[in-house]
Amino acid sequence: MSFSAFKILKEGLTGNRGWTPHWREPSLKKEYDVIVIGGGGHGLATAFYLAKEYGITNVAVLEKGWIGSGNIGRNTTIIRSNYMMPGNQPFYEFSMKLWEGLEQDFNYNAMVSQRGILNLSHSDGQHDAYARRGNAMHLTNSGAVLLDKSGVEKMCPFLDFDNARFPIKGGIWQQRGGSVRHDAVAWGYARGADMRGVDLIQNCEVTGFQIKNGICLGVETTLGPVKAKKVAMCVAGSSGILAEKAGMRLPIESHVLQAFVTEGLKPIIPGVITFGAGHFYVSQSDKGGLVFGGDIDGYNSYAQRGNLPVVEDVVEGGMAIMPMIGRARLLRSWGGIMDMSMDGSPFIDRTHINGLYFNGGWCYGGFKATPASGFCYAHLLATDDSHALSKQMRLDRFRSGAQFDEKGVGAQPNLH
Amino acid sequence: MNQADRIPGGLVNRDTPMDFSFNGKKLQGYQGDTLASALLANGVRLFGRSFKYHRPRGVFTSGSEEPNALVELRRGAFKEPNSRATVIELFNNLEASSQNHRGPLNFDLMAATDLFLSPFLGAGFYYKTFMWPAAFWEKVYEPIIRMSAGLGSLSKLEDPDCYDKGFLHCDILIVGAGPAGIIAALAAGKAGAKVILADEDFLMGGRLNSELLEIDEMLGPDWARKAIEQLSNMKNVRLMNRTTIYGSYDHGVFGALERCADHLLHSDGKPRQILWKIYSKKSILAAGAIERPIAFGNNDRPGIMTASAVRAYVNRWGVLPGKRTAIFTNNDDGWATAKTLSDRGLEVTAVIDSRKCDPVENIPGASIIMGGKIVNTAGRKRIKSITLANGQIILCDCLAISGGWSPNVHLTCHQGGKPNWNPDLNAFVPGVNLPKNMTVAGSANGFFNLQSVLTEGLKVANDVLHNLDIKASKIKVPSSSDDRTKSSAFWYVKESTKRGWVDLQNDVTVKDIKQSHAEGFRSVEHMKRYTTMGMATDQGKTSNILGLAIMAECTGKTIQNTGTTIFRPPYTPIPLGALAGRSRGKDFRPYRLTPSHKWSEEQGAVFVEVGNWMRAQWFPKIGEKAWRETVDREVLATRNSVGVCDVTTLGKIDIQGKDAANFLNIVYANAFGKLPIGKVRYGLMLREDGIAYDDGTTARINDHHFIMTTTTANAVLVFRRLEFVRQCLCPDMDVHIISTTDAWAQFAVAGPNARRLLEKIIDKDYSISNENFPFMACGEVTVCNGTRARLFRISFSGELAYELAVPARYGDGLIRELMKAGEEFDVTPYGTEALGVMRIEKGHAAGNELNGQTTALNLGLQKMISQKKDCIGKILAQRPEMNKEDEIRLVGFRPINKGDRLVAGAHFLDKGVKEIIENDLGWMSSVCYSPILEDYIGLGFIKNGNKRIGDTVHAYDKMRNNSVDVKICSCHFVDPEGDKLRG
Amino acid sequence: MIINHPVLGPRDASEFVYLGDASLIDRPDPSDKNASELFYEYQYLRDNLAGPMQELWYHEQGDRSWLVVTRNTITHEISNVELARSIARSRGRSK
Repeated sequence: MSFSAFKILKEGLTGNRGWTPHWREPSLKKEYDVIVIGGGGHGLATAFYLAKEYGITNVAVLEKGWIGSGNIGRNTTIIRSNYMMPGNQPFYEFSMKLWEGLEQDFNYNAMVSQRGILNLSHSDGQHDAYARRGNAMHLTNSGAVLLDKSGVEKMCPFLDFDNARFPIKGGIWQQRGGSVRHDAVAWGYARGADMRGVDLIQNCEVTGFQIKNGICLGVETTLGPVKAKKVAMCVAGSSGILAEKAGMRLPIESHVLQAFVTEGLKPIIPGVITFGAGHFYVSQSDKGGLVFGGDIDGYNSYAQRGNLPVVEDVVEGGMAIMPMIGRARLLRSWGGIMDMSMDGSPFIDRTHINGLYFNGGWCYGGFKATPASGFCYAHLLATDDSHALSKQMRLDRFRSGAQFDEKGVGAQPNLH
Repeated sequence: MNQADRIPGGLVNRDTPMDFSFNGKKLQGYQGDTLASALLANGVRLFGRSFKYHRPRGVFTSGSEEPNALVELRRGAFKEPNSRATVIELFNNLEASSQNHRGPLNFDLMAATDLFLSPFLGAGFYYKTFMWPAAFWEKVYEPIIRMSAGLGSLSKLEDPDCYDKGFLHCDILIVGAGPAGIIAALAAGKAGAKVILADEDFLMGGRLNSELLEIDEMLGPDWARKAIEQLSNMKNVRLMNRTTIYGSYDHGVFGALERCADHLLHSDGKPRQILWKIYSKKSILAAGAIERPIAFGNNDRPGIMTASAVRAYVNRWGVLPGKRTAIFTNNDDGWATAKTLSDRGLEVTAVIDSRKCDPVENIPGASIIMGGKIVNTAGRKRIKSITLANGQIILCDCLAISGGWSPNVHLTCHQGGKPNWNPDLNAFVPGVNLPKNMTVAGSANGFFNLQSVLTEGLKVANDVLHNLDIKASKIKVPSSSDDRTKSSAFWYVKESTKRGWVDLQNDVTVKDIKQSHAEGFRSVEHMKRYTTMGMATDQGKTSNILGLAIMAECTGKTIQNTGTTIFRPPYTPIPLGALAGRSRGKDFRPYRLTPSHKWSEEQGAVFVEVGNWMRAQWFPKIGEKAWRETVDREVLATRNSVGVCDVTTLGKIDIQGKDAANFLNIVYANAFGKLPIGKVRYGLMLREDGIAYDDGTTARINDHHFIMTTTTANAVLVFRRLEFVRQCLCPDMDVHIISTTDAWAQFAVAGPNARRLLEKIIDKDYSISNENFPFMACGEVTVCNGTRARLFRISFSGELAYELAVPARYGDGLIRELMKAGEEFDVTPYGTEALGVMRIEKGHAAGNELNGQTTALNLGLQKMISQKKDCIGKILAQRPEMNKEDEIRLVGFRPINKGDRLVAGAHFLDKGVKEIIENDLGWMSSVCYSPILEDYIGLGFIKNGNKRIGDTVHAYDKMRNNSVDVKICSCHFVDPEGDKLRG
Repeated sequence: MIINHPVLGPRDASEFVYLGDASLIDRPDPSDKNASELFYEYQYLRDNLAGPMQELWYHEQGDRSWLVVTRNTITHEISNVELARSIARSRGRSK
């Protein structure tokens, strides 16, 4: 079924009885060409592009819970392509371009809203660092504008320019950055993959791998064993648990990131704004709530919840730049599991086991990467060759010293 | 004074009337009213408009679970949107207005969406459209959606209130001061335990205040009041009313919000609210239960309320919600409302019970319809009548619905626990995975009979005391009754053809849930996200269970297997101002001031934030128009005569012990074992991954005594790292360290006249001639007639230079002495900007170069890694990708065209190549204008830099439109031989 | 969270800084012939357990001691806290 205003009109006039499920609930077959483990954003996108770009449709996505129940359903919805390192920035710019055509690609309104992202700077050194980043963005044609204080003031007059502990000196602005309705991304990719023949199997947890002589032949699941030519791991924060079943240790630690939303308010924040002298970033959803977040709690966790000191720290950051939000109320807080990598950059790579592939290490930045991650992972799975834009995302890059570390904080995941 | 719907009785104080206004209309109420009860007393039934369809809505409940009656409270900067009228404590001159309507509340233009567009605006409609044309989403559709989103609006002004934070410790935290909480508090308090009893209401007593139940032959409210009085006299008991325990966190930590001034017109500068962290050994959750509605056609009209709310308004507030009330119930408790009204001679037109059993009470004058169902109602601005499934129409101006009670299990689920469905109670009760040390009592635990609540509450308290090894005191269980507990699983009226509302605030209907099911969104989490049920400001307190029960019927699964969505803090919304507390504005982070700060202020210095420090950036003289003028002068003055700069902020770490030298050999890449006493050495520290981490100078004061310096930015981090090495890697080394950054004031004295100046300050006992105190010497001296000091002959500026340190309390005194003594040399104070210029002129790496991504090799310091010993980082520094042939190298840059401006952040490309990232060769890390060379100079990293000295490349800077050609040269621009240093 | 410091008693976790897996105590011998591989595994590969793990916390706002805390990463329950120095010694670290 194709979605459109016409369809809504037709259904609305006839009692809305014609709507059908957005995807099938097929039974698990005994064998597939490709198994994607993980029905989150990246896994679903991978299945979608495998089917759409490479015509590989004998694919199953195995999801231990319900589709989109992981970080794809919990994040702060920000998209941007404002990275600095050559191993990252072209990849994220590619992702941005895919965002820009996504709704037409998969016939679902993901509400891609490019209202811009503003990173505030509070010192000359930070301003210069933004300039370095901005020039990297220009070298990938991503668009970036360096704003001085008056430029920021014109754009966001409600920010605190007079009484701040760390006065705003300027900022870097990417017009094409913004936000996307996260659930719609999962559902759009799911529907698009399903339409093309991919089996989405929910409530199916992978309990083990069938590995013989260094070759992966399939997986064991709670719904029985499945054979496959290629098995693609794609489970973000649960990567460690899954990889352990294949006897692998990863350069990843799982950490909790909290996110927050306020009660719905009439429009007040135009785009995405990030604080440069503390941990806080915010945007306003189409339902009116201010969606915001900050730093990870800092300790390993699979609990999907965090503690109070971070909540206070994040809100302090918010009040430091926009004291008007003091009267707004925090409505809900939640947490996800972040796969924090040793250099803050991701992995899309083969493993040392033939037929077993790995995608992970997205830290807390995986949402914006969803389309490109799916695309490049599909490319790898289809051709057994890394996509040009993800070729630095090797799983074993630390052995040779090929890390690419945007923040420059080193091999300590909780600092990235 | 027209409170037409006021009736006698209740707990309001009629001796204290209060004026307030709603939508500009002046009205009156009493102390003890909520805004909702006061408005109802004045005959107001229309409170607001629903989110999506702008349907007229009235107040639905009498508690914090209220979905409909959201108002904007107060005006101007104090405005609070989305405030529940049911919990706003009435105060004199309160001003409130309704939200979410265009045009007056009574005639909302947006209601057109309900009348004409509702068939098209069902669940998830926006996912299926608004995609064409592509540009229209952002330019047309989204702005319209955003304008109609949200209910209230912020004032855009800074929050003028202040908020405090506090910490409390207790043996037992009791959440909820209803009968269970009170009896538990009495037991625990009498036993001597340290108790905190908290309740979100301003009047403690819970449901007792809204009912006419008897305890020990007293009326409930009286019993509660007496008990609270008793508790308030116990020194070991802290009563916290107006306090919401909003979250249960790890290890017995609870978040609480106390509202101190929300019930007053003015906070008078005192904290409006206090955010508490409560550290408890044990906790008792006695948070009661919340009543559910039933869904049927048009069940959302003003005048339709939960049955318990009707009782509450009658009993607690002396307000009559309707002159002719009908009751629709699926359980025994709904009948209590009929009885309450009937006993007072107030008209009950009908009691409709969906169950086919005997009537629970005798209600004279009312039509009793057992096995009856309501399919529709009439009366858009206020309910006028109800229509039953059998076609009967009954007139009423108030409809009380009772769909059953849901224990308030929220806090039991904040740490990942899930509740269990109890089919006998038709309710979710606390599950097995409770937060550690939490027990549940009362209705929150599924006890709905008052006697059992009291009995069980006492038992829980005694068990908790026992677990704490506190001897329980003997308390008798009070006697009570109240048997109305039978319920049934009846969620919605299938016969309704009109829309039945489940989530009142987000306008989610039974049809929406069924459509969600049809479209495959069948798990509760999918249903929630697809329909937005439970996502409004009430977080589904009155709707979630109804919704999932309906979905369970659709899927054929049990309610237990369907489960709930995740309960998350906060229990009710918390103002962000409370979470930020006092860390506002300039108090966001503390200020660290250097010892010369006061003196620098006197000189008119301009300051800059360096982390939490304030450092003098430059010292403008009168007449200087631009900062460059000042900085150029400072540089020239220093290089020509002498300058003084406060360098206290650099990390200082005192390292002592027999193994101190060995310790330094581990943490530094270069060797320190043979550093002679009285000498200083530059040290490079690597991270274990081989990346350059920090640099500084370490001085050997004695055999077993070293003083390390670090960069300002890394002072804390390096210290942390040193302690890690000391305790975790080398636990048996005899070495101890302490941070002395704040203990010593330290000043750089640099320039050709530096020695002459210092000879006037340093006591004559100490010779600092070139022979006695050569370059890189250090020693303990005294200054100004006996003040203890340390002198280091090190130079960041490249001039003849020293750093002089005195205990921090003498720092102010010393800078003044230095300036006085230096007058004859025209001594110039210089700030961080001039400091930066001079170090760039000398080619010294600083934070921009040691940015956490560069190696010793990149910095040209690879020879510093000693081959003779191990050090942190040595092995991983040898990894092949970090030692490539064409590695980036730190070099210097000058503009090809003299006078061209250089900027940090430019990227290097070969001339003539395509400007794409694949051709990126490196970047400019530091730039300054050199008054010595009268030109811009820069430091930067570029591939093969060491092999390309003399080459011309392009410094690409599209960001600031400043792309220029540059020449690669040595980083050492000024005095490259270092003659000045050693003189 | 509350960390029961072996010397100071229960302290709020916000007084501490978290480093990571306590395996960081086991720094390999740089003179080992497989030193490159050993250091790579030491610095980069992690068990990342879902369940009880041993981790390093530094009491930066207290007594500056490093602690080895055994904490369940699913429930956050802390079952043991020891001075890191003792653990280091018991694992054979000395000078």
